[in-house]
Amino acid sequence: MISRTLSTVAGVVFLGVCGVVSAEPVEAVLDNGMKIVVQRDERAPVAVSQLWYRVGSVDEVNGRTGLSHLLEHMMFKGTPTVPAGEFSRLIAQAGGKDNAFTSRDYTVYFQQLAADKLPLALKLEADRMHNLSFKDSDFTSELQVVKEERRMRTDDQPAGIMAETLFANAFVANPVRYPVIGWMDDLDHMKPDDLRQWYHHWYGPNNATLVVVGDVDPQAVIAEARRQFGPLKPVALPERRPQIEPEQKGERRVSVKAVSPLPSLTLAWQVPRLEKVDAQRPYALYMLSAILDGQAASRLPRRLVREQRVATEVSADYDMLGRGGALFSLSGVPAQGKALAQLEQALRQEMAHIARDGVSERELERVRLQLQAGRIYEKDSMFAQAMRIGNLESIGFSWRDDATIDANIAKVSAEQVRQAARSLVDDHLTVVTLLPQQGDKPRMPAMPQGDQTHVR
Amino acid sequence: MSVKLSKSVIGWLAVSMLLGGMAQAVTIQHWNSAQGARVYFVEAHANPIVDLRVEFDAGNRREDPAKPGVSDMTASLLDAGTARRSEEQLREALADTASSLSAFAELEGAGVTLRTLARPAVREQAVALAADVLAHPAFPAAILEREKARTIENLRQEENDAGFLAQRELTRQMYPQHPYGINARVSAASLKSITRADLLAFWRSHYQPRYAVVSIVGDLSRAEAERLAEELLAGLANRPGSLPAIPPVALPPAGKTVKLTHPGTQTHMALGMPVITRDDPDYFPLLVGNYALGGGGFDARLMKEVRDKRGLTYGVSSNFSPYQRAGEFGIGLSTRNDQAATALKVTRDTLRQFIEEGPSAAELEQAKANIIGGFPLRFDSNGKLLGYLGVIGLYQLPLTFLDDYVKHVAAVTPDQVRDAWRRRIHPEQMATVIVGPNS
Repeated sequence: MISRTLSTVAGVVFLGVCGVVSAEPVEAVLDNGMKIVVQRDERAPVAVSQLWYRVGSVDEVNGRTGLSHLLEHMMFKGTPTVPAGEFSRLIAQAGGKDNAFTSRDYTVYFQQLAADKLPLALKLEADRMHNLSFKDSDFTSELQVVKEERRMRTDDQPAGIMAETLFANAFVANPVRYPVIGWMDDLDHMKPDDLRQWYHHWYGPNNATLVVVGDVDPQAVIAEARRQFGPLKPVALPERRPQIEPEQKGERRVSVKAVSPLPSLTLAWQVPRLEKVDAQRPYALYMLSAILDGQAASRLPRRLVREQRVATEVSADYDMLGRGGALFSLSGVPAQGKALAQLEQALRQEMAHIARDGVSERELERVRLQLQAGRIYEKDSMFAQAMRIGNLESIGFSWRDDATIDANIAKVSAEQVRQAARSLVDDHLTVVTLLPQQGDKPRMPAMPQGDQTHVR
Repeated sequence: MSVKLSKSVIGWLAVSMLLGGMAQAVTIQHWNSAQGARVYFVEAHANPIVDLRVEFDAGNRREDPAKPGVSDMTASLLDAGTARRSEEQLREALADTASSLSAFAELEGAGVTLRTLARPAVREQAVALAADVLAHPAFPAAILEREKARTIENLRQEENDAGFLAQRELTRQMYPQHPYGINARVSAASLKSITRADLLAFWRSHYQPRYAVVSIVGDLSRAEAERLAEELLAGLANRPGSLPAIPPVALPPAGKTVKLTHPGTQTHMALGMPVITRDDPDYFPLLVGNYALGGGGFDARLMKEVRDKRGLTYGVSSNFSPYQRAGEFGIGLSTRNDQAATALKVTRDTLRQFIEEGPSAAELEQAKANIIGGFPLRFDSNGKLLGYLGVIGLYQLPLTFLDDYVKHVAAVTPDQVRDAWRRRIHPEQMATVIVGPNS
């Protein structure tokens, strides 16, 4: 969900702008282990509340994929005091919007509403953190909804099929290979008690972070959160095993057929994720991906789409923030009359070019500038500010690491980018190609979705 | 540096706000540029950024029916090079300011949006680039060929999407002759026929200051905003002649059911008819009622009936798209192929029952509570506010539109909703498009 785009939370002064800087977030940890982070933003009399549970598809096991996302749906199916459907109705009545989403790393429930209605949201979230009690019949019906979601987003979408195929093949041991929405057969065999058990394992104050951004008094929010969530008991969390991916020794090539008029291609290398803020390679990989794609003058679209005209679309992607295995990927759709092999060749040439000659100081400077400006632009959205805080906290970092991460990206040298490009060796590469099929031919069994997020 | 801000410093956005679920006013300033562009401005100093949008009467509706796709192509080639700068020079200059400039072409209007840092040196550079692409586009022939090829490939990709096919066919059904239907007739052949002369002619006759609405939100003063608006359009000229009026929409006497065969695990369905205008006397009863029918997400009858009770779909919704002339009232959903008929029946029954009975008192109260209580969320960022300024400018709505909105919603009665829906929404006039392997 968050790919390569790093965004800001704490106040960052841009090139000495004598403008306005927001106060830093205020944080607190309750006795039961729940963390609360509040960022005041007084531009409008509203607030966003996001409750982040540190559970996602990387915590799942084969045969039970899709549990976290399905549980996210079931969380709207009632408690003894707030029956099914009532949560959303109460938030809507208060003028608010609410929804939820699940990624590989976390499950997030959010409300956007007038700032003075925030206590309602907290009260309802605290209730369903420990009182969820859904009927088997509601499970049966909601499972159908989720299967429709899977058909719509993955089975009938070439891009969804591509992404699902990529992750299922680029990793053999790390659970990042499972689709967030789950394999259809796992959904077919899901039982209501699987969900109840998943809920009891992972839903508790010590596995949650509450993030609030808005026109609020941080201390008042913390006090209200303490009142609502403070009495809840921590849960004994299951052991999380590392499940480190064994080193890949040799290129993998996979093709998948799908109903599509156009072929497409992804090259993806296993690479490190950011584990400690003082690492180096993830920052260099980030810089490399940002030079390749993401701004008006980046390399890949210029060279492959506009100059060589070998592709109609091309992109680079690297998300350093995640609990599971990470990929550095290049994707594209060949231009009409160009073969997949020509596109692959062109992509490899660009990488070889950087591995040999490096990048220019001007390109580095553009990425730094973009990063700094992006922080400021991002503050226009309270939701985006809260996402940044919650993401960092849920991956195992602190919102305080935000500025350090930025500073470390800014320090990446041209030589480090060159080294990063050289590190992307064929032995760590997975190539996935999508082969177009006409609709009247029998379809391949569908593959998963690589996009990491599923909204309720 | 950590500066604590007082509300008085922060809040041009929040000025004269009345809490407790009532109106929240935004101070919108409005004037005309020297060449007749309508300018709308909200001063917002909390974040050092500036957002602007300039929209011309150059949308899809202005295309020659023989050449669908010209308005999109004109907008998308604005930044393909100017008299002074090559495509790559433009892109590098933009990247060097960390600004984002994007072109858009919609049904009624087309133009560009710009987001830039407020620091004058950066802002002025970015605005100069925007002004250059608006006033001196080169429309290079070679780049036109490249973009035509890409657009044709993208269209092929879109035509693989059942949801896209359903909505496009619905638009064709609703507007068989009207300019609102032209863009739904873009094809590979129509794209191939577009020439550089077409783009130049379209740009000349539509990208004129008198047809422009300039919306600005951000960290600058009124005087700076006035200069910005002048600079932005300085290179454009008003020319003789005038654009024809957009005709009213003729309502089809009976809606057809159209079935398109397309492979997939789901069948997509779209239902609709042209109904609502921006100045519609039934605007509020229709919109508030729609919250209860299908606009209110999990709060709406369609979601409850089709998704929650029966598990037939991931999402179903109804929506109004108010335009200058009658815009769509539509319903869309998708479901597993073998239950498409059931889902369609539940959807139609829910609609019929809603028209017959209207919303219950409780449903209407809930709709009003949500729309009124949630109103501040609609413009809690500069980006969202910019969109509202654009709408106010395009349709020349009163500057008090945002304040009045809440009052109008609060005044809607159950009888008004039932009456408006009965008079205006006729299921037998709605076209139905079904796209799936069994269609």
